Amino acid sequence: MLLEVRDLHVFYGRIEALKGISFGVNQGEIVTLIGANGAGKTTTMRTISGVRTVAQGSIFFEGRDITGIAPHERVKLGICQAPEGRGIFPGMTVRENLEMGTYVRGGKDSQKSADLEHVFHLFPRLKERIDQNGGTLSGGEQQMLAIGRALMSRPRLLLLDEPSMGLAPMLIAQIFQIVRSINEEGISVLLVEQNATQALRAANRAYVLETGYVVKSGSGSELLDDPAVRAAYLGG
Amino acid sequence: MNPVVRSLRQVGASLAGAKAGLASRWNAMGPTQRLSAYVLGVLALYLAPWWTEIPLLGSIVDTPGTQFTTVLSDRVIIFVLVALGLNVVVGLAGLLDLGYVGFYAVGAYTTAILTSSHASLPWLLALPVSIAVSMVFGVILGAPTLRLRGDYLAIVTLGFGEIIRLSAKNAEWLGGSRGINDIKHPPSIGPLKFGVVDPKPYYWLGLTMVFAVMFLLHRLENSRVGRAWVAIREDEDAAELMGVDTFRFKLWAFAIGAAVGGLAGVQYAGKVGFINPDNFPLLLSILFLAAVVLGGSGNMHGAILGGILVSYLPERLRNFQDKRVFVFGVALVLVMVFRPEGLLPKKVGTRKAVAAPGEGGAQ
Repeated sequence: MLLEVRDLHVFYGRIEALKGISFGVNQGEIVTLIGANGAGKTTTMRTISGVRTVAQGSIFFEGRDITGIAPHERVKLGICQAPEGRGIFPGMTVRENLEMGTYVRGGKDSQKSADLEHVFHLFPRLKERIDQNGGTLSGGEQQMLAIGRALMSRPRLLLLDEPSMGLAPMLIAQIFQIVRSINEEGISVLLVEQNATQALRAANRAYVLETGYVVKSGSGSELLDDPAVRAAYLGG
Repeated sequence: MNPVVRSLRQVGASLAGAKAGLASRWNAMGPTQRLSAYVLGVLALYLAPWWTEIPLLGSIVDTPGTQFTTVLSDRVIIFVLVALGLNVVVGLAGLLDLGYVGFYAVGAYTTAILTSSHASLPWLLALPVSIAVSMVFGVILGAPTLRLRGDYLAIVTLGFGEIIRLSAKNAEWLGGSRGINDIKHPPSIGPLKFGVVDPKPYYWLGLTMVFAVMFLLHRLENSRVGRAWVAIREDEDAAELMGVDTFRFKLWAFAIGAAVGGLAGVQYAGKVGFINPDNFPLLLSILFLAAVVLGGSGNMHGAILGGILVSYLPERLRNFQDKRVFVFGVALVLVMVFRPEGLLPKKVGTRKAVAAPGEGGAQ
């Protein structure tokens, strides 16, 4: 298993946001966590990236216990996140934003150019905006930039937190299409979504989070057909 | 629109026009012309003590009541050095430090202790030691506090500045409120006599320090460290998720800022020869911050300009007597209203980057 989360407990002050969740991502999979606001999805992502500390439980990446290591070390190992709300650097140009993705690798310029080319192939719009400041992009473009920036780090596991948030339906379809093609290149994806229908269609496997617990899991299509899931998350 | 605002806008517009004109002329110059322009500029700065002798310029720049060169050596150079250092902390890494005077004081006091009756070491030896000690204080303050953000960090640093001042006031071996005198001057080299009468050598020494610091900081800004700082300032969370060791680089910003602040303190102590805790009030921290923000937080040249204005203008405006602080305050407010990013805003998106692949290729 590429990523394995075991009995994870995380607190915000005295409030327990994650109450012992366990799940995993296999090499090459798209796995999605769905759930309502406050279910603990973003907390889970931030904990895997290492910016939230774990109270109890552990996280394994490629069999190695990474529970205690620093966020930047995790990026080096190949875990990179496109954060919720895009989290791009607004005062940097598109190019500079993307180059920040290669920060941990250092890396030669020729490699960087190849990676840039790859990202521009996935997101031609970013190339048109290359010298524009990140903050001046539209919401969809910022989302593309956040994903592209994460890809620049050459992750083994890509963490996508709400990539469809605030986007028009057309763009949402496009983003999910791109997620699939990223996955086809061999990058495993952990996807957090409120847009459950799209997420379940794209995912190999899925987990349903509710108030800090995993309440259900199964393949994407199983959960799509599950009446309870349909009633709760897919609008009946 | 009221006429004052309109005329100010016009002044702003004509300044912008002049700037654009200068920029285009600058771009049209060849490399040798540029080099000679630089050399002339630097030379003019070293000759600043004689600016007051030039007919028209002299009457504009000269400071009433205080010798122009003394203003340069005791105030302007110090503020410029401090602004350069604080700009790393506030402007580049985005950490609000309201106690920066503390590092300035640490630099000055370390030099004072080492060169006065305590140890009687030469100034030249005290210089690197004081810088190192200031840096250590930067780390001591930074390590526990840099996990705080924004307002909280500002309050803690505010406390730090006061702790340093009050410690100096209450420690008998630091001279208490009498302070320390007999601080050694820098060593005289040939005709350059660092004494008490002539401020010129101190100005030249300080100016040289400014250039050295500018050179080092410029190198740093364009390195991986500089990129990490800017990323932290832009969005600390995102920087962390991109693999920037945010804590380490914030600590670096603090340490380097502290070192430059300490250097300014060394220069000050070596010039005036005696210091006491009243030389390091909270107000100085505020003025230092005002210099950086006024000039253009995040832009080294802006910080320098801010340092010059904040230190020089109150001296120039001395004729207004007790109204000068008011005039100075109004000037600050006006700048912030019309240039909220400072006089020379930071440039974004102009850093040299790797070539874009397949420029112009159809997708």
